[in-house]
Amino acid sequence: MKNPLDSLWGTVISGLVLTLILYNIVNFALR
Amino acid sequence: MEFIQIGLGRWLHILAGVMWIGLLYYFNFVQVAALADAGKDGTAPGITKHVAPRALFWFRWAALVTWLTGAMLLGGNFFKAFFFLHHAFYAIGIGAWLGTIMLFNVWVLIWPNQKKILGLVQATDEEKGRARRVAFLASRTNTMLSFPMLFFMAAAGHQAVFFG
Repeated sequence: MKNPLDSLWGTVISGLVLTLILYNIVNFALR
Repeated sequence: MEFIQIGLGRWLHILAGVMWIGLLYYFNFVQVAALADAGKDGTAPGITKHVAPRALFWFRWAALVTWLTGAMLLGGNFFKAFFFLHHAFYAIGIGAWLGTIMLFNVWVLIWPNQKKILGLVQATDEEKGRARRVAFLASRTNTMLSFPMLFFMAAAGHQAVFFG
């Protein structure tokens, strides 16, 4: 499997996905 | 005293942060692709000799100033944020951890390997090849981490708006 960080758009999408994951974790923790 | 810590501190934190992340985006969105093209027509030394060392100088020191002013802003709440001891510090805690990992990447993975790549320290061709890969991935990791880091920095003072 190709490393998504090798491509610029893979990096951007990984950053957005990580933001979404962390947002949901914090959102859940604050309930 | 509060004016220095919260007022000037926040201003300096944002100034240094813009310089740090701005140069990080320059490296990732501009320089990597530019170097690949410049390598084909023999103009890469113009970037590696004159641009990259200057950009790296401001990049690594801006990273340190950003972290230090961030720690100053947290002040007595530093441990509450880093160890998630109070729900009011959850967002800034995530942002602070991401920023700390990014600072580590700058000073421990990117800068020492860039010194080998740019010829500032002696290295064999094999060591340079390995250094290039480590520095590249650390830089790309920081670009990826900057997205949630900036989100949680923005959310920190407005948790009620961001998390309802």
